[in-house]
Amino acid sequence: MIEVRVFLNGEPVQAPAGQSVGAFLLTAGHRATRTTRFGGKPRGMFCGIGICFDCLVTIDGATNQRACVTRIVEGMKIKTQDGSGEFE
Amino acid sequence: MNSPDVIVIGAGVVGAACALALCDAGLKVLVLERSTISSGTTSAGEGNILVSDKTPGPDLTLGLWSRQAWFEVSDRVGGGFELEAKGGLVISRSAEGIAKLRQFAVQQRIGGVEAVEVDHTGVHELEPHLEPDASFGIYYLQDAQCHPMLAAARMLQAVRVAGGEIREAEEVIGLSRAGSELSVRTKGGLFTAPIIVNATGTWAGEIARLAGSDLPIAPRRGFILVTSPVPNLVRHKVYDADYLANVASGEAEIQSSAVVESTQSGTILIGSSRERIGFNTSLDVQILRRLARQAISLFPLLARVDVLRAYSGFRPYMPDHLPVIGEDPLVPGLFHAAGHEGSGISLAPATGELIRAAVTGESSFMDPTPFSPARFMSTS
Repeated sequence: MIEVRVFLNGEPVQAPAGQSVGAFLLTAGHRATRTTRFGGKPRGMFCGIGICFDCLVTIDGATNQRACVTRIVEGMKIKTQDGSGEFE
Repeated sequence: MNSPDVIVIGAGVVGAACALALCDAGLKVLVLERSTISSGTTSAGEGNILVSDKTPGPDLTLGLWSRQAWFEVSDRVGGGFELEAKGGLVISRSAEGIAKLRQFAVQQRIGGVEAVEVDHTGVHELEPHLEPDASFGIYYLQDAQCHPMLAAARMLQAVRVAGGEIREAEEVIGLSRAGSELSVRTKGGLFTAPIIVNATGTWAGEIARLAGSDLPIAPRRGFILVTSPVPNLVRHKVYDADYLANVASGEAEIQSSAVVESTQSGTILIGSSRERIGFNTSLDVQILRRLARQAISLFPLLARVDVLRAYSGFRPYMPDHLPVIGEDPLVPGLFHAAGHEGSGISLAPATGELIRAAVTGESSFMDPTPFSPARFMSTS
């Protein structure tokens, strides 16, 4: 598998190109990808198939992207979110 | 409930407001709903409480009073329905459109609307993410928003606490005179009262016809897109001035204009389309695309925000764009409270008040004649 460089919360790290962001985050030890909007509770991969909208992350400035159905590409900026995240 | 004073048919926001007003006037109220609370048009809109789209005259008088009354309703029921005086911003981007909008606002101000003209700097101070070229807008300070299903539920809860009864799954299939009273037959039973209020929105013509009368209400379909939550991207209710022309139009074919606002849960609602194609519930992707495009032209950042879902509903369209509020001249005791098109949430409390006044024979804040059902019926 080809490793590419991505940015996780601003830090450059190596990640397997084509793997799902969700699988990569789990491997990197991030069980929670975000917190809930009002209660601040941790949320992460639940269904893993794009239905439940729990594993939301910010990708290249776009908030609320589903980690489980987004594939790693070179240079991708991945951020775990507080609540709805900061739209850039 | 034994012998109610009034039966309200329909547990949407208008029926709920009528029930609450009648209940607070000391009447025993029974509400019959064919499905569940807010299952009709109340759950198919955006929760707009607008004065910005009201034309000076009876429409605006009703709208201004109703907007104020919503805050009293909130106090009455203990809040809990996300009522928010967020303000509205109407944008126009053509010389002709600006001239029309400016003139409309001048007339509205005479009628009591707080409408402030804002320039390029002003519109971007109000909405920092608005497209950079937008350079003219009218800021409507009184425009407000609420969660309509919660509003209806809170009002009906208050009715129940005050001794009223709400019965769901009671579809009305007959309405006839029974001595000095009117009797309502549902699939489940027979209910009798001296007064019936028809608050069935888009379906009010069917109830009128069951009673031997008629109302010219037609469904006008609209779609809404819901985005993923993006707090602070849109701060007011923002819409294109073309919306005003679409509201006022009687055309059957599809019309759409950007209407964008955020909700307290962080999602953004994107409307607004209007078309008269009967009770057609099919999903039209072309219309959804058009709504998305128009919203992006107002807020370019929306191009990077995901749409979570879309829904549609049927506004109760009236040929003269005024609701029908008052007693049916052909069926004494039957009062209509329907036909609000896209303003049912806006106008619900004022409609409840006019129905209360009509039922009790008292006067109210305005002359209800422009809304009379008699305007559609020949007197010959």
